[in-house]
Amino acid sequence: MISQHYPVLHVVLPLIAAPVMVLARHGGIAWLLATAVSWSSLAVSVALFAQVADGSVVSYAIGNWAPPWGIEYRIDSVNAFLLVLVSLIASVVAIYSRESVAAEVPREQHYLFYTMYVLCLAGLLGIAATGDGFNLFVFLEISSLSSYVLIALGRDRRALMASYQYLIMGTIGATFIVIGVGLLFLMTGTLNLADMAARLPGVTETRPVLAALAFLTVGICLKLALFPLHLWLPNAYAYAPSAVTAFLAATATKVSVYVLLRFYYTVFGESVVFAALPMGGILLALSLAAMFIASTIAIFQDDVKRLFAYSSVAQIGYITLGISFDSATGLTAAIVHLFNHALTKGALFMLLGGVALHLGRIRFRDIGGLARVMPLTSFGVVLAGLSLIGVPGTVGFVSKWYLVLAALEAGAGWLAALIVLSSLLAVVYVWRFVEVAYFREPSEAVSRLKEAPPSMLAASWVMVVGCVYFGLDASTTVGGAAQAAATLLGIGR
Amino acid sequence: MTVAGHYSYWITIVIAMAGLYIVIARGNLVKKLVGLAIFQTSVYLLYIAPGKLIGGTAPIVAEGFAVYSNPLPHVLILTAIVVGVATLALGLALVVRIKEAYGSIEEDEILGQDPAPPGRTP
Amino acid sequence: MKGYLVLRVVAKLMIAFMVVFALYVQFHGDFGPGGGFQAGVITAAAIVFYAIIFGLPAARAVVPDWLVEAMVAAGVLLYAGVGFAGLVLGGNYLDYFVLAADPVEGQHRGIFWIELGVLITVAGVMLKIFYMFASRDEERSR
Repeated sequence: MISQHYPVLHVVLPLIAAPVMVLARHGGIAWLLATAVSWSSLAVSVALFAQVADGSVVSYAIGNWAPPWGIEYRIDSVNAFLLVLVSLIASVVAIYSRESVAAEVPREQHYLFYTMYVLCLAGLLGIAATGDGFNLFVFLEISSLSSYVLIALGRDRRALMASYQYLIMGTIGATFIVIGVGLLFLMTGTLNLADMAARLPGVTETRPVLAALAFLTVGICLKLALFPLHLWLPNAYAYAPSAVTAFLAATATKVSVYVLLRFYYTVFGESVVFAALPMGGILLALSLAAMFIASTIAIFQDDVKRLFAYSSVAQIGYITLGISFDSATGLTAAIVHLFNHALTKGALFMLLGGVALHLGRIRFRDIGGLARVMPLTSFGVVLAGLSLIGVPGTVGFVSKWYLVLAALEAGAGWLAALIVLSSLLAVVYVWRFVEVAYFREPSEAVSRLKEAPPSMLAASWVMVVGCVYFGLDASTTVGGAAQAAATLLGIGR
Repeated sequence: MTVAGHYSYWITIVIAMAGLYIVIARGNLVKKLVGLAIFQTSVYLLYIAPGKLIGGTAPIVAEGFAVYSNPLPHVLILTAIVVGVATLALGLALVVRIKEAYGSIEEDEILGQDPAPPGRTP
Repeated sequence: MKGYLVLRVVAKLMIAFMVVFALYVQFHGDFGPGGGFQAGVITAAAIVFYAIIFGLPAARAVVPDWLVEAMVAAGVLLYAGVGFAGLVLGGNYLDYFVLAADPVEGQHRGIFWIELGVLITVAGVMLKIFYMFASRDEERSR
């Protein structure tokens, strides 16, 4: 009985938890509610994933107005994959955030922090679940506005400026998306994504539709931080509270990739996007630029969080590279890298949060000899770093493997070589951490540090173990990604 | 329709570009927010202007009318206006906090106050 | 500004009309331009007007901080509660058809409570924003 309402429950429960937390005004209760709601969303998402694993589609009409007149939540194998990912990350970060937030955010703001956290979660889950174009924009803004607040709660005063820059750029991106949806609405007369897909073939070659594609691409790429629209990301990730960085790095950009895939394959169809327009070439060029330029900039960073933020920009380049191939293998690579990168970066930023707990700002000159006082944390960073490089046995290898396969399938051997070459750049910046943490003498400040609190350490290591486990046994993740890719291409025209 | 018949779209484009220009070209944080608000206003016009059908009346069932204007864009834009207000309020709250933290709301002065991290982005 | 007699008298007259107009806009959202958001803003404007003429502490005495924060949360809860009522009574989320015996009457009821929730939240948010910005100025000029 309740199971027929699953498509809406995982969004509504966090949404209801938010005002309850505001009324309760207590940080502890707020944390409990946030954890409970994240875990229940995870349970519902896993149930939905199991339901659509055979390729079926679950459709839920909000307000019992039949689509396309009403707003429809449409779960297929693509968004079910994403729902599980987002709620999984949220559940782990919720456990992690108890100690981390207690140290980084003033006590009287704790309940507000968790309110914004569940609102961001509700927004991200809503973006993934909805089948209506304007509803997507509304949830996008819900998640964006709450993430601006979350970032601004950082300790350093630069967090305020970072949040402001992200606000300006993110709002421009969201406005471009709404312009795109508006142009599509004008040309097709409907907002329901599936209905748009049915009505577009008649009007595909008209200028408004192509303009809509352009606006949507630019707007979504702003949100997913594709080079050169990534300028908000390094500051936002570096100065936000650690739990926020871990959560946003693992989820926000991934959901934007999903939105891109949804619009490209379900609404417009391959023939418009890749055949009529040179989107494949553009994405290829920008992805290569992201992979190489962002990795190079990462190498020269002094702030460790900033370094891994630039690394995120580079990894997003891998995801869009997979999309640019427009083949089943390429899409599988892109979607599985969504999951893998979320695990890797989530683990990394959580571990770094354990270091930042007492240190504040983590700079390379400050963390010499870290491995001696925080052995578990440093080893976790090394493992996650190996996953970034793509060493066999970690999740990073699985994504790179499929990317290289897709490149070879497309007959572009030089591209496969470039993918391997950019992994070498990752070796350089991961080695910087290893060298500083393991091969230097601990300074006065470092020797006073202790290992991170158990809840934080446990949560981070769950992610690290996930990195290794899903790297050794990738059947679930790759299976889910392949199914999602097949769904996208099957619907594609 | 003639070029002049599309005047609502021309106005939309002019307002959108004016708003974007202000966001990019002005260094004052509040002016950037004003530019953002202007940019969002152009989007409202983009949705509402085509919603009015020629010869259509207000979308409330009444005797003697066969053609009604489309009410859906109005609902969408109401939502978009609320989102815009929330964004503006959040932006201004951030500007107030930035002013208290840095003592200025000019972007170059603020960025000049913190020591730039080495290897700054191009 | 409460030293000016004309402003004080006119304000006291106008605020009553503003609140009545807000309620009018609220309940006529079904039949004409209006609805929760507009009514909420007009209500908040009435209280802001009071604060401008009689001073922020006086407005804070009428509508204290805890009430404003509670309003923000209560309105959202009311809205979500109506959604859940639809769920509990057998329909989908935010289903108004099942809220009364006659589906059209159910739509009326659903919209009524939803708009009330929107009114409470929007008035609360606008007031909260005003209080936050205005009290910041006070702190700095002390």
